[in-house]
Amino acid sequence: MKYLYYPGCSLRSTGRAYEESLLSVLKVLDIPFEELNDWNCCGATSYVSIDETDAFALAARNLALAELQSPDGTINLIAPCSACFLVLLKTERYLESYPDVREKINSTLDKAGLHYHGRVNVRHPLDVFVNDYGLENITKRVKYPLKGLKVASYYGCQMVRPFKTFDHSHYPETMDRLVNALGAEPVDWPLKTRCCGGSLTGTIQEAGLRLNRLLLKEAEKRGADIMLTCCPLCQHNLECYQERINRKFDEKIDMPIAFFTQLMGVALGLSEKELGMQRLFKMPSLNQITHPKGEMVNAW
Amino acid sequence: MRLPTPTTVHSEEEPHKIEKMKRVIRRIKFESELDLNFGERVADRAYGQKLLSCIQCGTCSATCPLAHYMDYTPRKIIAMTREGFKEEVLNSLTIWLCASCYSCYVQCPRQIHITDVMYTLKREAIQMGFHPKRLPIPILAQEFYKRVLKDGRNTESWLLVSLYLRTNPFIMLREAILGLKLFLRGRLTIGREHVKRRDQLHTILEHKKGEAPL
Ligand code: SF4
Ligand code: SF4
Repeated sequence: MKYLYYPGCSLRSTGRAYEESLLSVLKVLDIPFEELNDWNCCGATSYVSIDETDAFALAARNLALAELQSPDGTINLIAPCSACFLVLLKTERYLESYPDVREKINSTLDKAGLHYHGRVNVRHPLDVFVNDYGLENITKRVKYPLKGLKVASYYGCQMVRPFKTFDHSHYPETMDRLVNALGAEPVDWPLKTRCCGGSLTGTIQEAGLRLNRLLLKEAEKRGADIMLTCCPLCQHNLECYQERINRKFDEKIDMPIAFFTQLMGVALGLSEKELGMQRLFKMPSLNQITHPKGEMVNAW
Repeated sequence: MRLPTPTTVHSEEEPHKIEKMKRVIRRIKFESELDLNFGERVADRAYGQKLLSCIQCGTCSATCPLAHYMDYTPRKIIAMTREGFKEEVLNSLTIWLCASCYSCYVQCPRQIHITDVMYTLKREAIQMGFHPKRLPIPILAQEFYKRVLKDGRNTESWLLVSLYLRTNPFIMLREAILGLKLFLRGRLTIGREHVKRRDQLHTILEHKKGEAPL
């Protein structure tokens, strides 16, 4: 089964490390994929705040393009950014559930010679790795088990809400199971789906910083060595504003924030460069990752 | 009929700047001044009449991570929308603080699509020019909208620059160091991205903008 891949704008800028690591891991696991031709921005949460028809039409163009690219059967479209994932998924679901929305959007698409028939299945890569490829198969491919590394998995909001496609809306466990399969130790913490504030860190920073401080502190108190994210915006918020949070609230948080695909790549034996590690502000020290308890492993 | 009282927050937690933006005017509002069908009209736009069946249990406010910073909690917004406090609702800071986390949406015992209600209110507020002036969120949404309307893709660096220019250019200084750090790590692209078939995109997005006012 070949997957279609929808990168989204963030994976081409602030979230570049996510794209680099995701593609490297897909390749090393021999999961076939192809980029969606001429994809456009999903519209994020801003578009629907201005014009709903435009928002759905914009997202639906991607779905229609996916159908053009794969003429038969159900299409699995991988969307790694949680915001893109939800916008595409929500558009897909609303077009299916509300005939008036479907009609309106298809008539706009028709003008440009496009049409959406309902064959796209929007997937998050976490779901693909754990439920399609399988944890057992991943474990078999692990070269460097991440023994002793304590990992707080942060899922954020939009991957698990409002649609439950593969895990619980408030206490998901898919990433924790993956972490376990990589040989690391998942940290149990209650804030795994609490909001990071999204773009509030750039707009009403007061509120944004407070939300992120809570997440970071809780993960720290639970003894996490690293926090894993599955969304470029969550990663950006938690990583880039740490310094400001420390200054403002007189904290000493020092938490590496990586994409789950990066940690997967480390365990699978990929190089630092292939995983975009150099793009992180705080690189989880390789020693900490590859020889968490001082065991010498020949990783890099 | 009484207007809701402002949310109480722990005093040490009180974010001053936000506090300044909250302006809850306490005055008597007569029923004849309300827009009594407002709730129904919003419910129509926000997928279903369920909004009208809210039991005021407060689950939405309890689960909302931003309730502390809002002038009206989500429960109050639902109540006020239903009762016809159109002006107050559209002028509230709440609708802009809602980060679309969908916690309330999945927890509401009446399955009210609260996040969609917030979106409906945001659209209406922008259209009516009701949002607090220079509040960056609606401006971010508008800048983003324009950028994508034109190019089909968003280039984050350009988006932020136009946002700060329209709101508070001094923020640019505050963000400059962060921007540089991102740039040095190849995480800030300067070239503008766009789709190949811009004509196709423009055809799709070419229609009468906006909805009939609520
Ligand atoms: S959770 Fe639902 S029913 Fe309860 S107050 Fe909020 S909107 Fe009303
Ligand atoms: S979707 Fe908005 S209103 Fe609902 S819980 Fe999240 S931030 Fe609060």
